[in-house]
Amino acid sequence: MSGVSRHIEAAGAILLALIWISPLLFAFWAAFHSTSDAVNFNVTAPWTLDNFRTAWDGAPWMRYFLNTFLLVTVVLIGQFILTTLAGFAFAKLEFPGKNLVFILVLMQLFILPEVLIVENYAMVSRLGLFDTILGVGMPYMASAFGIFLMRQSFKSVPIELHEAARIEGCGLLGILWRVYVPLAKPTYLAYALVSVSTHWNNFLWPLIVTNSPETRPLTVGLSIFGAPENGVDISVISAATMMSVAPLLIAFLLFQRQFVQAFLRAGIK
Amino acid sequence: MSKQVNLERRRQAIYGWLLLSPAALLLSLFAFYPSVATFWSSLFSKNTRRKPSEFIGSENYADLFADPTFWLVVKNNLFYAAITIPVSIAIALAMALWANSKIPVRGFVRTAYFTPTVLPMIAAANLWLFFYTPGLGVLDQIGALFGLPSVNWLGQPETALWAVIIVTIWKEAGFFMIFYLAALQTIPEDLKEAADIEGASRWTYLRRIVLPLLMPTTLFIMVNAMINSVKLIDHLFILTKGGPSDASKLILYYIWEMAFAFFDAPHAAAMTILVLAVLCIVAAIQFFYLDRRTHYQ
Repeated sequence: MSGVSRHIEAAGAILLALIWISPLLFAFWAAFHSTSDAVNFNVTAPWTLDNFRTAWDGAPWMRYFLNTFLLVTVVLIGQFILTTLAGFAFAKLEFPGKNLVFILVLMQLFILPEVLIVENYAMVSRLGLFDTILGVGMPYMASAFGIFLMRQSFKSVPIELHEAARIEGCGLLGILWRVYVPLAKPTYLAYALVSVSTHWNNFLWPLIVTNSPETRPLTVGLSIFGAPENGVDISVISAATMMSVAPLLIAFLLFQRQFVQAFLRAGIK
Repeated sequence: MSKQVNLERRRQAIYGWLLLSPAALLLSLFAFYPSVATFWSSLFSKNTRRKPSEFIGSENYADLFADPTFWLVVKNNLFYAAITIPVSIAIALAMALWANSKIPVRGFVRTAYFTPTVLPMIAAANLWLFFYTPGLGVLDQIGALFGLPSVNWLGQPETALWAVIIVTIWKEAGFFMIFYLAALQTIPEDLKEAADIEGASRWTYLRRIVLPLLMPTTLFIMVNAMINSVKLIDHLFILTKGGPSDASKLILYYIWEMAFAFFDAPHAAAMTILVLAVLCIVAAIQFFYLDRRTHYQ
């Protein structure tokens, strides 16, 4: 293969990378410049934090951050407990009806919670969980995908370890907790990264179930803040956007390899 | 002996169902019951103050099929799928091939491709707003350099859906790339060497060896992209709100609007059932056509 085509390809790859990252770079740049400098692409313009001040004063961001943090935590804890128990039952126990139930669980992979918004909303209201963080998180806790992931992970644990723990006098739950859970740590980590980034970014369902600043997560807060009817200018919207993606984005840049591995594991289910 | 085996079996059955019950309960509450309830409520008329809800059979469906907006939305969504699926797969493949080859600043290139995946769709929409805004936006400014007139990308029916499509492709291509990247790394080096010895060109090697080996990954990504073409609609809330004159409205957005803006739950339910039917077909494709050995071990 000739050197020239190598160079052309490298240039293409880098050009695509620049195009791909440019929306983020423009917004980052705009967030730190006055609106008129930003829209005129005044490269020498002075940097400023004014947009962040304006954005910060424009909405209860602290509360939104807290809500999102609580939401992802509640979802993650619920998912860990439910998927661990169910995954273990599917992987290591024999009981009548197991295969049928497993097929039902797999079906949920295609019944997206996003699509059932109307009835899930009715259900959450019936349970008295409308406009609560638990109400936002609950439909995602029994994640079919998580159950599947845990089942796969538990299945690969050698039965000898299970037997050894049993001879030591461990009960079934004790074996699960002392043998299986520690061995599945990488799976938990991968699942946690995917779950946190999914729910940090989720929008439609929280939009429907929340109705007050006390429960609203960042994405919903951001959409209200940036709504065109509010007439907020582009630099301030950029600042608000940067603010709300910063925690996840920084975590991603720091732990890139883990994130990519996690998404990969999660996808190949 | 057999008594003991029996006891053990019973013990496992009890434990099995006990461990399963919390997940089963929540799955019933938030997946199975709602699916059935959605179907049930799609058969009833809207409950208004003057007329209580009554059984009307398939009338809601008939209404939808007679509603030109519904057909426009279906057409939009099919178009959305028909563009986003192949284009994001093609871009993902190119990204993976590049990110896997020996190029300078490979780390930066990979990061740049993947970063949109970790951003919320709402944030992505805000970033792109900066590109699309007429007059001030980046696209218009670039256009102005070449003497092109200002275009209201989001405000005219001809371009609004395209603007939405581009954001979706931008968001999902990097995600799909990592699956190709992982698959590429499992292709043995000897194949490349053998191809080189045979004097096969790089293009032939790609077309005859790499692409066939990537086929299972492609199908897997395709199923994901199909699901995304139903699911990824958050950016509509920021960019176009389905407008202008419904030109960029997609089905899930229309369901939301029907249920929570027009308060017409029965028609929203009927539409949900239709979407579920389509998702079932996608599921069937996954189960019957996909090479299970590749992804389900």
